[in-house]
This record gives sequence, C-alpha cells and structure tokens, in this order.
Amino acid sequence: MEKFKIENLDLYYGNFQALKNINLNLEANKITAFIGPSGCGKSTLLKSLNRMNDLVEGCSITGNVLLDGEDIYGDMDVNHLRKRVGMVFQKANPFPMSIYDNIAFGPRTHGVRGKARLNEIVEKSLRDAAIWDEVKDRLKKSALGLSGGQQQRLCIARALAVDPEVILLDEPTSALDPISTSKIEDLLLSLKNNYTIIIVTHNMQQAGRVSDKTAFFLLGEVVEFDDTLKIFNNPSERRTEDYITGRFG
Amino acid sequence: MEKKNTIESSELVDINSIQAINRRSVRQRLREYKKSPLSLVLFLFVILAAVVTFAVLLFLIGYILVKGIPNLSLDLFSWNYSTENQSMMPALISTIFMTLLSLIIAVPLGIGAAIYLVEYARRGNKIVGAVRMAAETLSGVPSIVYGLFGMLFFVTTLHWGYSLLAGAFTLAIMILPLVMRTTEEALLAVPDMLREGSFGLGAGKLRTVFKIVLPSAVPGILAGVILAIGRIVGETAALIYTSGTVAAVPKTPMSSARTLAVHMYALTDNGLYMEQAYATAVVLLIVVLVINFLSAVLAKRVAAKSIER
Amino acid sequence: MKQRVLELVFRILFLIAALASILAVILICIFLFANGFPPMAEIGVFDFLFGMDWSPVDVPPSFGIFPMIVGSLYVTAGAIIIGVPIGILTAVFMAKFCPKRLYRPLKPAVELLAGIPSIVYGFFGMVVLVPLVRELFDSKGASILTASILLGIMILPTIIGVSESAIRAVPNSYYEGALALGASHERSVFFVMLPAAKSGIMAGIVLGIGRAIGETMAVMMVAGNQARMPDSILEGVRTLTANIVMEMGYAADLHREALIATAVVLFVFILIINLCFSLLKRRMK
Repeated sequence: MEKFKIENLDLYYGNFQALKNINLNLEANKITAFIGPSGCGKSTLLKSLNRMNDLVEGCSITGNVLLDGEDIYGDMDVNHLRKRVGMVFQKANPFPMSIYDNIAFGPRTHGVRGKARLNEIVEKSLRDAAIWDEVKDRLKKSALGLSGGQQQRLCIARALAVDPEVILLDEPTSALDPISTSKIEDLLLSLKNNYTIIIVTHNMQQAGRVSDKTAFFLLGEVVEFDDTLKIFNNPSERRTEDYITGRFG
Repeated sequence: MEKKNTIESSELVDINSIQAINRRSVRQRLREYKKSPLSLVLFLFVILAAVVTFAVLLFLIGYILVKGIPNLSLDLFSWNYSTENQSMMPALISTIFMTLLSLIIAVPLGIGAAIYLVEYARRGNKIVGAVRMAAETLSGVPSIVYGLFGMLFFVTTLHWGYSLLAGAFTLAIMILPLVMRTTEEALLAVPDMLREGSFGLGAGKLRTVFKIVLPSAVPGILAGVILAIGRIVGETAALIYTSGTVAAVPKTPMSSARTLAVHMYALTDNGLYMEQAYATAVVLLIVVLVINFLSAVLAKRVAAKSIER
Repeated sequence: MKQRVLELVFRILFLIAALASILAVILICIFLFANGFPPMAEIGVFDFLFGMDWSPVDVPPSFGIFPMIVGSLYVTAGAIIIGVPIGILTAVFMAKFCPKRLYRPLKPAVELLAGIPSIVYGFFGMVVLVPLVRELFDSKGASILTASILLGIMILPTIIGVSESAIRAVPNSYYEGALALGASHERSVFFVMLPAAKSGIMAGIVLGIGRAIGETMAVMMVAGNQARMPDSILEGVRTLTANIVMEMGYAADLHREALIATAVVLFVFILIINLCFSLLKRRMK
C-alpha cells in the first residue's frame, strides 16, 4: 500500500531548479532511503513531504504530493500535515526545556490536557524510542544535558509523541558516533511496523542495513528507485553502480 | 538548503511563469487560525502591539511638527535672546560648541581605549575586565547623577563655575562608553588578515593600527560618534547644574551657556512660552531625525562592507 | 630606536585612555558618597530613608525621602507594566512576523524612538498626555498614571532592541523543530523561542527599569511632583530624580547636601540594577 505518491514534482530555489520531475510511490510500513551525493536534492525532497520548504524564501514547487490520496499542497491544514508527517533533523534539536516538556510539547500543542494522559504519552514515546531507561530518573532535568546520541533519540521520541503516520529523518546519525548510530538504526527497524519511515542518508552501509527501498538521486533527479537489495547488488543504471561502488560522490 | 556551485543556463527558468503550489492563501490561513484560536489571539496581540508602538512614534513626531512648525519664525533665530524675543539662536550656537567640546574630549579617549582593548590587551588581561565593567556601569548611570557629579567636581571642586567646559566634561564622561563600545565593535570587525598582511610587510604595531586598522573602522566609529552627538544634543538633566542656563552666546569655554534642550526646558518651566517651546521642539526633533538618518546610512554601509568580506 | 620609543609612548597613551572610564567611575563614587553620606548621618539614615516628611525649608527642617523612593518605584513599576508587554510583543513582531520590506523602515523607527530627547518626550506628555488623563479620569492630569504611560513609551526602544536581538539569537532549529511537530508559527514563537530567549529578554527589562528609574526631565514634567505619599495612581508624585532637579537650584547647606544624598540613594539603586543586568548577560552566554 502506498503512503506517499509524488507526481511530476519540480522544485525551484529562485531560478534554480533543485528537483526535476520526481515521480515516486513510497510504501507504508516500509523504510525508504534516499541516497546520493551532496546537493542532489534528497533532503529537499524530504522537506517537501511535510512542507518545511515553505520556510525557504523563494522556493516554488509544482506537481502533486499525495498523502493517502490527499493533496498535501491542497486544502490540507499545514499544521495538521506536520502532525501526521513528523521530522527528525540532521542535528538533534531538543528544546531548551526539561526532557518531559520536550516530549509533552507536541501533545500539548494538539490539545492533550491532563497530567495522567501526558505522563502516559511521555513514557510510551520514550520507551518506543528506546531511551526510557536512560532518562526516567531525570525527566525534569534539561534535555540539553543529554549526550548527542541521547538527544537524537529524544527527538525521535518527541516526534513519536504526536502519534504521526510518517517519520522523516534527515541524515539523523551524521553527527553521531558508531554506537549511537547503531542504536538509532535498531530503533528505526523496530518502529517500521507502526510507521512509514523515510530516511535521507549519506551512509551507504546505513541505507543497506535499514531500508527496504532505496531511491538514488543525482542532480535533482531520481536515477533509480527499487528494492534496496536490488539497488545495492544489481542496479540497472550505470550511474547508480558508480556511486554505490564509490567511484564518485 | 542545497545548492550547486554551477548553474547551467538550461536549469534557469522564469520563475514567474510557473504556478507554485506551496503558497498558502489567506483563506487557508484563516482556516488554520479557526482551528487554533490561541494562535489567532497571539497573532492579534503581536500586531496590536506593533501598531501601538509605531502609531505612538508617528503621532508624537506628527503632533510636534504640526503644532510646532507654524510657531517657527525668523525672530526665533535672531542673534540675541531677550525677554521680548526668546531667540533660540544663542542656544543653537551653544549646542554646537558643547557638542564639539564634548567630542574633542571623549572621542580620542574612547578610540584610544578601544584600541587598547582590541589591539593591545592580551586575552584574560585583568584591566580589560575592569574597563568593561566600568564602561557598563557608566552607561547605566542616569544623567541627573552625571549632572550632580559634574557640579560637585568640575563646577565646585575645580572652581570652573557653571561653564561650557564643565558641561562638556560631564557629557564627555557620559558618552565615553558609547564611543568606546562602537569603536571596539568596528575594530573587531576588521579582519585579522589585514593586520597579518601589514605585520608581514614589516610594519610595526602602531603603523598597522593607524594606517590599516583605523581607516577600515572609520564608518563604524563615525556611526558611534553620530549617536553620541544625538545624546549630547538631547541632554538636559546633566547640563542644568554644570553649564548653567544663561541664554547668551558663550564668549569663552568658561562662560555659562544653555544648549537647545536646556533652553526648551527653561521655556516650558514657567509655562509662559509654549509657542517658543513648540518651535524649539521642532528644531530638536529635526536635528534628531537627521542624526538618526545619518547613522542609519552609515550603519548600512558598515553592514554592506562586512558582507563583501 | 626612535620607533620603539614611539610604540611604547602610544601603548601607554592607549592604556591611559582605557583607564579613563575606571577613573570616571571611581571619581563619581568618591564625590557622590563623600558628599552624600555625611548629611545622611547628620539627618539619621533611618529618618532620611524612611521619613515621611520632606520639608527642607521649614524650621526645623525635615528630610524624609520615603515618599520620593515610593514615587520612583511607583512610576517605574507603572512603566514596566505598560512598556514591557508592548515592547516584548513588538520585538516578537520585529523578529518573527515583520515582512522584510516593512522591517527596513521600522528598524530605524525604533532607533528613532530611542533618539528622541527626554525633554521632547516630557513636553509631549505635558501637552498631550496630561490633558488627556485629566479629561478621561476627571483628575489633576499630572499623576503616577501619566508618568507611567510616558515612561512606558520611553523604555520601549530599550526593551524592543534587547528582546529582538535575544529572540534572533535563538537557534532557528528550535523553531523548525516546533513547526515539524505541527505547532503553528505563533505557538512555535511563543512557547519555544520566547522561553529560550528568556534571560536576554529579562536583561532588556532590567535595562528598562534602569532607564525608567533614572529618567528625570520627562517624568518631572508630567508627574505632578508632590512630595507626599500618593493614595491613588491618579495622584501626583515626586521621584528621586525630580526632587534633585527641582530644588538643587536654590538649595543651600544641609538641604543641598540632602539632595546629594538623594542622588546617592538613586545611584545605589542603579548600581544594583546594573549588577542584575551583568549577571543576566553573563547567563545569556
């Protein structure tokens, strides 16, 4: 079943075309990886899926992006879209408040009141993000005191707390050490049963380890989109093979 | 935001010809606000506050100009002040003298101090911390306290009496932190590359500072000096008991003299000369407008320069 | 050789220039305290600070500045109540709501607000605010309320300027993070960015308090200047600053010294406020 359907998507920064005629169907409850060299447009496409590109001045988009068949650039409430399609950024960005308040921020925003209910959401989100045991005794302490890897998992927990359908991750481990990275990869695998996950990564091995599907981007175009196994073992395109075997990028 | 270094001409499109889908219409926005009334309330408060702030400013300036300009007359600019004709000419001239004197005292001190802090003092130097703290303290001292200090020290202890000089020294202390801080910022904005280049050519520290660093910091320093002029011109409380309130053109630096702001205070004090006070307010306001305009222009040039680098 | 002497001479000159501000602070402290403490001792510190009666020319005279301390605190509090919400909200507008095209003229406008001389503010208060308050509330016009409104306007540029830069200093990633959770622009700004800018905004408020309590001319022109305890905000009041300016012109002997002592009290207030400001600024970093 497809979650996101992207049709003829073009994106411009001013006069510069950053994405060219993107057509992709992203499946539900799968992990899809976007790979490609810097500047190929993979992060740009990711940000188009929850309309974070709207913040970029001079950015214009044409085409269609459908979430469960509904046009996200149509009449959909942007805030509601972003609740349904959560995002984790390259650099962990916990708010400068307590761990508890970080997680509770989203639910409170969407109208959840009542201490018991919030406590429940906070605990569940932190458990799902596999960080509960590390922080349960310091929920009232500042989130900025956590290590980089913990902060990133906290951000994942924060995204989970608003009960999204899709989670977008923009190179979530690029600033982390190998141990933290592998914790987050395990976490993603455990989450995919309940969420649709789309991850942008620079790290070829990471794409190979976690994703079911992989899209390879070059100069704003999707060169190839297929099962990850196929992309890594038997790509149909010469350019994909060159990139994966490290001949450029 | 991802961008490539090379943009081929084929990738350039006329952006106005396409129908972008990522624009939110007013209708959509309103609907979002309907779903979240708190956001709407916050938005309205923000707009309201901004409107109040700028409306007050516009009203104040408009009111003074509209009520004051009809009161401007040539008589008010005649050479002599008398009880029949409250000419502001002597005050205008005193203001210029006061400004020049204060700047002559404060600007070299402020620039010298900034040069010491930026170019000479080493990191962790105890003097730097003390100077910063002193400057911070000075910039918080109310003008009436400066006025009393000036009265106690320059007027009484040094026996200068109510004089232009006593007023100028008092104001010089008052504007010193301002000149110092803006100069410091201007010096810090000069890239180290220039200094290294100069040292590399065998120039000494002093030569580097005067020939390389200071010239490139001039616009920033000037912007600070202009702000200082604004403070001098607008100052009242620090001057009443240092330079006094004599309404004649000062003959020597030791003469008592009232600046335009003090003149205006004297006019309003007994409530007899409201028309003249309006006229003086107009002149003060115009001076302030010009000063602000100049400093904004300079600041823009400084900003443009720092982007170039 | 000559070159090295010159280098040394200028190095010393620059050092002297740097020491000038320290010297100024020391001189101000010495002259104020040396002239202000003896009369305080003569009057009696308690009688001076907490005395209710200021009748400097009576026989025997009475020098109680408590009504003026209260007056300064009242008008300052009033200025904060009026100026802080408007100032912070305007700063939010400038930093997060204002379109670029509008920002270009508005930013200098805020600076202009700071550049208008206090005598002009005072005059404006005298000819506009005082009659307005008189009409609206059927009172004397020159009052705590009038002074609070005028001071509230006067501290706006300080609060707007400091708060705006504090908000701009908050990393954009906080804002994006909040948006990505489905929070609206307003929610992201008010519930994530503003709390993160808290200490900077507090520093702005403290600076505003300093401005308000030290303001002299404008306040004197609209506050009524009665040296007694006020019963309502529609009554006139005299501030510490006004007390000094109004009477210094004719005061002599102990009266004159008591006015200097009044300045010492004001100066101590300012020093405390400055200390708070530096502490907050340090916390910001």
